[in-house]
Amino acid sequence: MGEPVTLAAALNQALHDAMDDDPKVLVMGEDVGRLGGVFRVTEGLHAKHTDARVIDTPLSESGIVGAAIGLAMRGYRPVCEIQFDGFVFPAFDQITTQLAKMHARSDGATRLPVTIRIPYGGGIGAVEHHSESPEAYFAHTAGLRIVTCSHARDGYQMLRQAITCDDPVIFLEPKRRYWDKAELGDVGEGLFQSRVVRAGGDVTVVCYGPMVRTCLEVAGLAHEEDGLSLEVIDLRSLSPLDLGPVFDSVARTGRAIVVHEAPVFGGLGAEIATRISEKCFFSLEAPVLRVGAPHAPYPPSKLEHHYLPDVDRILDAVDTVRGM
Amino acid sequence: MSELLQLLTPEGQRLHHPDYDVDISGEELRGLYRDMVLVRRLDTEAHALQRQGELGLWPPLLGQEAAQIGAGRALRPDDYAFPTYREHGVAWTRGVDPVSLLALFRGVTNGGYDPTDHGFALPTIVIGDQTLHAVGYAMGVQRDAGLDSPPGSGVISFFGDGASSQGDVNEAFVWAAVNNAPVVFFCQNNQWAISQPLSRQTRIPLYRRAEGFGCPGLRVDGNDVLAVLAITRAALDRARRGDGPSLIEAYTYRMGAHTTSDDPTRYRVETELEQWRLKDPIERVRAYLLRTGAGDRAFMDEVDQQADDMAARLRQACRDLPDPAPDAMFAHVYAEPQDLVQQEQRWWREYLGADHG
Repeated sequence: MGEPVTLAAALNQALHDAMDDDPKVLVMGEDVGRLGGVFRVTEGLHAKHTDARVIDTPLSESGIVGAAIGLAMRGYRPVCEIQFDGFVFPAFDQITTQLAKMHARSDGATRLPVTIRIPYGGGIGAVEHHSESPEAYFAHTAGLRIVTCSHARDGYQMLRQAITCDDPVIFLEPKRRYWDKAELGDVGEGLFQSRVVRAGGDVTVVCYGPMVRTCLEVAGLAHEEDGLSLEVIDLRSLSPLDLGPVFDSVARTGRAIVVHEAPVFGGLGAEIATRISEKCFFSLEAPVLRVGAPHAPYPPSKLEHHYLPDVDRILDAVDTVRGM
Repeated sequence: MSELLQLLTPEGQRLHHPDYDVDISGEELRGLYRDMVLVRRLDTEAHALQRQGELGLWPPLLGQEAAQIGAGRALRPDDYAFPTYREHGVAWTRGVDPVSLLALFRGVTNGGYDPTDHGFALPTIVIGDQTLHAVGYAMGVQRDAGLDSPPGSGVISFFGDGASSQGDVNEAFVWAAVNNAPVVFFCQNNQWAISQPLSRQTRIPLYRRAEGFGCPGLRVDGNDVLAVLAITRAALDRARRGDGPSLIEAYTYRMGAHTTSDDPTRYRVETELEQWRLKDPIERVRAYLLRTGAGDRAFMDEVDQQADDMAARLRQACRDLPDPAPDAMFAHVYAEPQDLVQQEQRWWREYLGADHG
């Protein structure tokens, strides 16, 4: 415990501590060294560990992941930064065809403990390709683990756990929450466990990353204005999914909505809703609803507040699912 | 160096070069001959096994024996090689059991051996991806030695003329150059990327691309095992010393099809093959051995007998390879236990156990 710190500072602390604990941990990416990263998440690492362990890379995302694979084959534990969500796609091939599959291809002989940090999601008024939520592309690929934190305390512990994991981990950082503060401290859950962040009995709200804060605001408003009690669950891990607490919740509420910034069509919400319907069919009082972005490219930032799920749109879904 | 480095002409005439040469004993020369004959036989046998339905596919190396044996024999045990799917000859030099290669193309594994046992990565099938892995590995070698010290060992990445057009390969050149990484980019320019000739990949000789990336580019007669050995040794020594990467273009020819599924008669003419047959990598060593007396016909008969014995063993071992268990696909998806995979594996076992298999 102690003074509240921002998510960005918590992640920075996690990197410092991980590098101090394990000499095989390397940090690599564009502008991560002398600049400390465009969000300053890698600040101070280069001054302490020099080029030997903090690598300012060429402007080459496929290179970052491809070289990280080679470094991992040599026994290192690289933590890569992809500067923005929309810039990960040049590395898509290396992530999905090599990083994800090498362990299986080698019948377990080759482990690739690579962490790929990606600031993701919208809400910061950025230009195109700086606000996307690409999690579904990666969750579809076996061999990867996908996690996302929602606040500083989780951010610190989850990044520490991701770096020690022997599998490749895509670590999604909700960039619009970088400046939210929380106290650091022990977290009970493992890296791949979800968490009930607000208990309630009327509707189950499943969310992750930047939408956790939004959904907690929704739950507060619904309680104040309508006397409703929403149960909010932060998934934290997107692959694997830990849906046990979700199923338990839906067994009590009979109603669920899934909220994410990513487009609804083909998104994680589809997988989660299907699994809820398979497990909780006889408890459900209404279809599982999804709240997310439309099937349209991320719009110019003056429109992003229409594109992203907000308190009103989530409350509307709560009303809809209750009226069914 | 603009000309093609050659130390042994197609007629078996020994040449010398002031910068790149090899001082080679008769025994070493016989060893290179034996290697090339055996891997050609391995290739021929695998091709036949594919035609008999024992393999799903085979990418032949015919014509590229000197490029692969020369490069492979330049490596030391502590060096590390990153191959494509056609590097059967390099695999041979790294001590990989050829049955492992057959296992991959039979479809019983996607890998077949532990790369760390051989300093030889698993074949990469997506074209050019491995060049970046090689650079990363080389950056690890640098870090193990300390960035201010000579790396001590080298890394080599194989790729082809087609791969030279891939973004990853060009990124790998950039990364290797700016990091001064101890890596040798070994391009077997076999003139064809399936149906596309070299002119569809480049307007300048491939070795000249190196200058634009800031490292030496060297071109060697890829059908001359001595020249390939000499130039690869030199490039690896340079890397081990800490003087950085090199690009070698081994100028050779794919005498066979791209794979057993390909039909090269649709896109290239027989006269081209006839010209390259005259540059055969094995014949010139045979001629040189016989002329110098370093190898006689009895030796060559012995190698042929060894090749026959190996082929018989491979044939039998290939047919004896068991199919993997149905749930083997779940075994190594993750290094640490993962709930979804475990759930699905349980379901699969129960499903098959219920006699749906």
